[in-house]
Amino acid sequence: MLPPSVRHLPLALLAGLLLGQTQAATFKWSSASDIPTLDIHSQNNALGNGIHAAIYDSLTYYNSKTFKVEPRLASSWKDLSPTQVRFTLRSGVKFSDGSDLTAEDVVFSLQRAMAKTSNFQVYTQGFKSINKVDARTVDIVLSGPNPVLLNQLTELRIMSKAWAEKNKSVEPKDGRTKDETFAHRNAMGSGPYMVKEWQPDQKLVLVRNPHWWGAKDALTNVTDIVYTPIKNEATRAAALLSGEVDFVLDPSPQDLPRMRNSTNLKVIDGVENRTIFLGLDQYRDELPGSNIKGKNPLKDVRVRKALYQAIDIDAIHKVTMRGLSQNTGALVAPQVTGWTEGVHKRFPYSQDEARKLLTEAGYPQGFEVDFACPNNRYINDEEICQAITAMWAKVGIKAKLRTLPLVTYFPMIQRYEASIGMLGWGVPTFDALYSLQSLTRTVGTGGDGNYNIGRYSNPRMDYLVDRIKTETDLLVRNRMLTEGLQLQNDTVAHIPLHNQVIPWAMKKNIDVVHRADNRLDWALIKVN
Amino acid sequence: MLAFILQRLIQAMVVMVTVAFIAFLLFQYVGDPVVFLLGQDATQEQIDQLRADLGLNHPFFVQFWHFLVNAVQGEFGLSLRQGAKVSRLIAERFPATLELALVAAGLALVIGIPMGVYAALRRGSFMSQLFMTLSLLGVSLPTFLIGILLILVFAVGLGWFPSFGRGTVVQIGWWTSSLLTLKGWHHIVLPAITLAIFQLTLIMRLVRAEMLEVLRTDYIKFARARGLSNRAIHFGHALKNTLVPVMTITGLQLGGLIAFAIITETVFQWPGMGLLFIQAVTFADIPVMAAYLCLIALIFVVINLVVDLLYFAVDPRLRLGKSGGH
Repeated sequence: MLPPSVRHLPLALLAGLLLGQTQAATFKWSSASDIPTLDIHSQNNALGNGIHAAIYDSLTYYNSKTFKVEPRLASSWKDLSPTQVRFTLRSGVKFSDGSDLTAEDVVFSLQRAMAKTSNFQVYTQGFKSINKVDARTVDIVLSGPNPVLLNQLTELRIMSKAWAEKNKSVEPKDGRTKDETFAHRNAMGSGPYMVKEWQPDQKLVLVRNPHWWGAKDALTNVTDIVYTPIKNEATRAAALLSGEVDFVLDPSPQDLPRMRNSTNLKVIDGVENRTIFLGLDQYRDELPGSNIKGKNPLKDVRVRKALYQAIDIDAIHKVTMRGLSQNTGALVAPQVTGWTEGVHKRFPYSQDEARKLLTEAGYPQGFEVDFACPNNRYINDEEICQAITAMWAKVGIKAKLRTLPLVTYFPMIQRYEASIGMLGWGVPTFDALYSLQSLTRTVGTGGDGNYNIGRYSNPRMDYLVDRIKTETDLLVRNRMLTEGLQLQNDTVAHIPLHNQVIPWAMKKNIDVVHRADNRLDWALIKVN
Repeated sequence: MLAFILQRLIQAMVVMVTVAFIAFLLFQYVGDPVVFLLGQDATQEQIDQLRADLGLNHPFFVQFWHFLVNAVQGEFGLSLRQGAKVSRLIAERFPATLELALVAAGLALVIGIPMGVYAALRRGSFMSQLFMTLSLLGVSLPTFLIGILLILVFAVGLGWFPSFGRGTVVQIGWWTSSLLTLKGWHHIVLPAITLAIFQLTLIMRLVRAEMLEVLRTDYIKFARARGLSNRAIHFGHALKNTLVPVMTITGLQLGGLIAFAIITETVFQWPGMGLLFIQAVTFADIPVMAAYLCLIALIFVVINLVVDLLYFAVDPRLRLGKSGGH
């Protein structure tokens, strides 16, 4: 008796011949929530941005494998001066209604992203003006040298000026706009797909854009994409197991062993560009809820280091995360510019070392401290914090753990109420400045220290961050990024834990490329 | 009569305002929607600006007053998450929930009543014992577990039914119906059974108890003495009299079905109001939550009012008591 796979081989071959390799296919997929809007400049939402990229193009985009910036709608660019960059548009690009994409549309869209009601101003920081040179050339004028311009452009998508004007959607809508605009429920772009139907929270159906400029080189054989959000994770898993969907972006950890063992499913793990770490209050003079009065033990670098070295990160990796994490000593993931092997190295786990440091700092008996964590934001967030609480208890630190749902947790840490708090930080620009500026720069304006929940402040760090913002010599800049990351490590500004590993679950016949920003590359999906 | 209705209406108003107040009070502690609207990169100035624009920095009672005034006009503002009018979102979702609740109620009646009658007539038989045991399970198993078990067996294991969604819907005016297509019925089977099981067991036990009660009464004995057939006695006399309380309970439970569809809808990704509510909770979408709670309260109040009025029409004793004619 032959094994089943061999017995069916002739049949499979025949089917393969009949169907051919470029058989048109439908790709059905699911994750927990729906996109908030189809308006590309309205809400900066990770899932939404990823799906918008199927319908709209940006001037540049990250290569799915190398994560280097590559040309998209812009075919080339050059610096006319440190503050003026000239972009040449790809020729022959049409919107899905058949009209040509011109410099007018690019100027309109970038200005739309800069509008007051836009949620994408974070990506237009430093833009002064956008000028049309001719039908295929656009200049971006900057208020100062901007080394991450090309990265910012990856999230700024281009819509048709004529379409937006015709449908009264010139301004992006926000929470203040009365009722919805046309661009909220409809879309028309130059990307590989166009919207056939969107019923919020039910399904989003995309079909191939007949005018897509990239069609001739595309690997994908998918003609229709059906996205159905399924909130309940058990139901989502059931939909994949029963074959109703082909792909699940966010399978729950407890379903993974079953999916890995299933004969017709596979799971691809990829390191996400998101680092989980603990922030430590280094600002207040006394910590509420602590038994140490009149001073803040966390201001002492030896105490912070003791907390760090008391964490058995391997145990968290193996037990809590079931192997789905990448331990790190750095504040950013390996794909991010500025990361090196050097900054990735952790202080070793050692209870003795931790006790010694605490004794040196004057706390041989340890102390009590408040410790806050979200319980529905990161993978196993609550469990990680419980494990850390137990590890700290072994060296005398009595952490009083409280876990909160994300809707109350984030406002709370932004009011600096947590003595120690957990945070995860993704880097959409793939550049360490994004993390250093938000997390380690002294709290200020314009995004400086906006998530520096421990209010860490170091003059050298501030100097580095401010220099990096405008330094255009890439070598010097990269060296400063690494120095900043190293300085964060040396001063234990935060305690890095791990980079999240994101598993994707799908049927065996689906080929996708796992991107570190946890989104699909629409041109690379194959249904075999 | 008029005084009675007025009294009921005033009571209903008090209930509605109280529900609105409690809902509004609770939502002060749910979380801050502004952070979600603006994302993690927002500056403090943007946050303050949006908070002012949305009226979130007015004092509590001012916010509540605005809410009440608008709610009376059926206007609950904009959903913070989806940016659409809450009234429109609810109107879009209401048909799905109502259809699910009605199909579930229908199932519960069509299966529950015969089972109850059987259990009462054949008391002590093996089948009746089985029904009673099963009904105990139905009452005690939580809805989400029943739903997941049904999915596991009938969607994943046997592949007979789909595990999520509403299937094909037909648009009739502003109403969307999934009951006009075969695919729609295919999709509604599992969620309707899940939602119906609790009601079904309740109705079955109620019918059985009432039936046993009625069978002991004198007029049944006299009917037997007159030599009427068992069939005529059981279904013509006994069952008819049993059904009065059953109808009352079913009516009242319809409100419960609509309200408790939350869990069933979440398990089956049924695009009704319950799912809308759960998603609103995750995003601290206060207008949607408030509107949902008020609507559910309104449904309960209206159903209760109707039942009260029906009693008034059906039960002559109430009329006599009120008119003071003794």
